[in-house]
Amino acid sequence: MTPNDAKRPLQLNDQGQLRHFLSLDGLSRELLTEILDTADSFLEVGTRAVKKVPLLRGKTVCNVFFENSTRTRTTFEMAAQRLSADVITLNVSTSSTSKGETLFDTLRNLEAMAADMFVIRHADSGAAHFIAEHVCPDVAVINGGDGRHAHPTQGMLDMLTIRRHKGGFENLSVAIVGDILHSRVARSDMLALRTLGCPDIRVIGPKTLLPTGLEQYGVRVFHDLAEGLRDVDVVIMLRLQRERMQGGLLPSQGEFYRLYGLSTARLALARPDAIVMHPGPINRGVEIESAVADGAQSVILNQVTYGIAVRMAVLSMAMSGQTAQRQLTSESVSEEQI
Amino acid sequence: MTLPDPAVLLPRMAAELTRHLQAHRIDTPRFVGIHTGGVWVAQALLAALGREEPLGVLDVSFYRDDFTQSGLHPQVRPSALPFEIEGQHLVLVDDVLMTGRTVRAALNELFDYGRPASVTLVCLLDLDARELPIRPDVVGQTLSLAPDERVKLLGPAPLALERQALASA
Repeated sequence: MTPNDAKRPLQLNDQGQLRHFLSLDGLSRELLTEILDTADSFLEVGTRAVKKVPLLRGKTVCNVFFENSTRTRTTFEMAAQRLSADVITLNVSTSSTSKGETLFDTLRNLEAMAADMFVIRHADSGAAHFIAEHVCPDVAVINGGDGRHAHPTQGMLDMLTIRRHKGGFENLSVAIVGDILHSRVARSDMLALRTLGCPDIRVIGPKTLLPTGLEQYGVRVFHDLAEGLRDVDVVIMLRLQRERMQGGLLPSQGEFYRLYGLSTARLALARPDAIVMHPGPINRGVEIESAVADGAQSVILNQVTYGIAVRMAVLSMAMSGQTAQRQLTSESVSEEQI
Repeated sequence: MTLPDPAVLLPRMAAELTRHLQAHRIDTPRFVGIHTGGVWVAQALLAALGREEPLGVLDVSFYRDDFTQSGLHPQVRPSALPFEIEGQHLVLVDDVLMTGRTVRAALNELFDYGRPASVTLVCLLDLDARELPIRPDVVGQTLSLAPDERVKLLGPAPLALERQALASA
């Protein structure tokens, strides 16, 4: 079996273990649950006096950010450091691409520096997948967000948040509210919720901010916030991606808040014990009222804490899967030589 | 050779541990069990000693040296040490001592919590196959197995040892 066997998903090795982490598409419920279980155990490490375990000692993790980010970058750095890896962060938007180097060349250079793992954030959908498939197949590649496509670690930290606060997914109503069109978080959340067996996934937003083809995610679409929020257990607010919006999609920010902003009064339509989530950074008064963001039902800061544990889980699982694959491949090569 | 019954070994181990601690002038040690079998043995020892106190639980998966070979066990239990490690006399308990690598990992993990005053190592069974310079202070029984054999502790109540043939890898 060759590494590029079409029958095997790119993200998995020959034993079905995680080897890259590019998208939640095609990953089984068992694997997602394994990620959540592993993250649960890493949460405990974050409460220790020495918040560090030696799992990735001697490994080098390269965070390559072609697009700005604070939370994702720092939590990936912290996750790698808590696993005792050496961490390098490159903000490529400010370095070599401005000198004309291609994505391909930048990555090949990093590979030559013997990096064991890349965490990639890129404004183009599919960038991480491209790198895993064509550029550096022997380096574990983690998608830290690519264009509008996927943000799988955010999706999994959202799932960990829901599981820790609601116990599971089987009887839940979850609403995702806002700018779905530009949101890779929404896509990853919808995929994960469906795989994990959430029976009622609702998507709420104006027609201009909803992508076509939402049916394939098995979600119910609402254009009226009050109607969509009724009796939900979880509200996931999305950031209004102002920088990605080039005119025409919205009359004004004020109008968006009036129709789709999460206020205390609107939150009262959800179940009394509903939790409010947001991937951050939050725009106060644009998609969420301050009193809600800081309120008792908000778990927005818990999400950040869980994000470190989820990233530790994904980094360690992918590193182990990639190493196992290298051993499998070298064994099969030496057998062929005999 | 039949495997020993833990119920027979435990009272002897408890007595020997008491002697060992007295000889080393340790009054109030804290017990730490290595997940899962070591926790059962530690609980049984505490019961045999008539002590009721919180037990520390250690899952050493994050500290193992074979992580890149065998991967991470998905269900790593959180380690829980409900007392200070710094300056503490500890009794570290495992079920089956073989290569010594688990104990090495456990010691590394303990030292990330603090600097214990001492660590006394107790194990139910010593398979006499050490790959590291680690030796138990109190042992239920020492025995040698055939190369393709392993022993597993079943529990928590009653405790029983079971012989397993190693799958030919």
